[in-house]
Amino acid sequence: MTTATTTRAEYCVIACAEAWRGDGEVLASPMGLIPSFGARLAKRTFSPDLLLTDGEAMLVGLDGTAEGWLPYRRHLAMVTGGKRHVMMGASQIDRFGNQNISCIGEWERPARQLLGVRGAPVNTLNNPVSYWVPKHSTRVFVARVDMVSGVGHDRAVAAGPSATRYHRLPRVVSDLGVFDFAGPGHTMRLASVHPGVTVEQVRAATGFELAAADEVPYTREPTAQELRLIREVIDAEGLRDREVRG
Amino acid sequence: MTDKTMTPDEVVGRLRSGMTLGIGGWGSRRKPMALVRALLRSEITDLTVISYGGPDVGLLAAAGRIRRLVAPFATLDSVPLEPHFRAARERAAFTFTELDEAMFMWGLHAAANRLPFLPVRAGLGSDVMRVNPELRTVTSPYDDAEEFVAVPALRMDAALVHLNRADRLGNGQYLGPDPYFDDLFCEAADTAYVSCEQLVETAELSKAGPPQSLLVSRHCVTGVVETPNGAHFTSCAPDYGRDEAFQKLYATTPWPEFAARFLSGAGEHDYQSAVRTWHEEQQ
Repeated sequence: MTTATTTRAEYCVIACAEAWRGDGEVLASPMGLIPSFGARLAKRTFSPDLLLTDGEAMLVGLDGTAEGWLPYRRHLAMVTGGKRHVMMGASQIDRFGNQNISCIGEWERPARQLLGVRGAPVNTLNNPVSYWVPKHSTRVFVARVDMVSGVGHDRAVAAGPSATRYHRLPRVVSDLGVFDFAGPGHTMRLASVHPGVTVEQVRAATGFELAAADEVPYTREPTAQELRLIREVIDAEGLRDREVRG
Repeated sequence: MTDKTMTPDEVVGRLRSGMTLGIGGWGSRRKPMALVRALLRSEITDLTVISYGGPDVGLLAAAGRIRRLVAPFATLDSVPLEPHFRAARERAAFTFTELDEAMFMWGLHAAANRLPFLPVRAGLGSDVMRVNPELRTVTSPYDDAEEFVAVPALRMDAALVHLNRADRLGNGQYLGPDPYFDDLFCEAADTAYVSCEQLVETAELSKAGPPQSLLVSRHCVTGVVETPNGAHFTSCAPDYGRDEAFQKLYATTPWPEFAARFLSGAGEHDYQSAVRTWHEEQQ
């Protein structure tokens, strides 16, 4: 198996898995298909101590064996205890990492009501929060989000020390690349592009000025073992290609 | 001891327009749907509804019964966006108190503990503060002097929850993996009504599950209702899973058509038989 055949979706799985590298014994909470595959890949390889849930109320091992109980009330306590790294979706995200999953348009009477803020406010102030965007566009990467659900760097600083104390946004992964907040004033920076993507392409699909190094690296290649795990064990059905094409 | 059994319509007979109503479960999971359907058969309206929202919110919103909604979301889980909640929001049909999931939980704890508020590290920096200008913060009186949001108690006039088993006295038992927040809803309410899949003798409860499955105690329960399949179409593990096919029908059928076919009968029995007929037609 050669790396030349690696698909965009597979680079995305690798980039999501990398979010949980070095996290140790914390709950990996992936929202969405590719983050779920990424979390499982991380646990199978370089982050074996991660905890996973069955999507209901149990903590489970890779084979589904229950090892703990995590109903919503305990899950919310795990958030505030900080032993969790969630990868949430984002209907909108801005350059400081403010995220919106609540609604589009004026909150008082939205043009499109979405999920509501859910746990984004408590997540962002208490445990590491990464984001996954399966379709990178100027509709998602916007200058200003309509309803701040997940708190970004500028808003956390403005809210004061109790908001910044445990605030951490490790990375954003999209179908085009990987982003961190190492730009000027904790703004979004292009950390890597997935092979096959250009920096110009990323900039054109982003609705704000994106920081980037002069030489932007490529997202790393999967190892042969990782590719085998993704293709034969973690996602043998090939569902990843439905979330990200190409 | 008091036998608290009653019918869904008797429960609704004790509710009034303008009340604040808490509804247990989470999303499209173990919702007291039979009691919600009984509410829909009544004239009760102008409600403040407190819920980790699912189709309970959707149905009441579609029927125009909600004056104010207090919720962190409304979802059908397998269908991410609740269609009637969404439509109602997009026509600004009710006032919305949009809270974070943890803020909501601590609001329930505050109400259950008769506290005016509890402090949380959540909300600060987010637009939850902008859209709820009545929210206040509180500063830690200790050396850290940290500032937190003071989530107000979510006190309610009545709570509706659905459990797997209950006895006639009002002791309720969950047999699935997650209690959700049903005990807190009952403790946060002035009156609480527990519907259940099956009414059993008290002695049967401790045979059906471990001691910690006895989630709701009778001292905070006003009425008990036996409503088999009463959480339909939401899940009620382990008695049954979510009726995904029917939920999809609910999510894709125009409200007047859905209401005419499934909610226009005289009682829960008519609903259940309309659902059975629909399923037979699909075969």
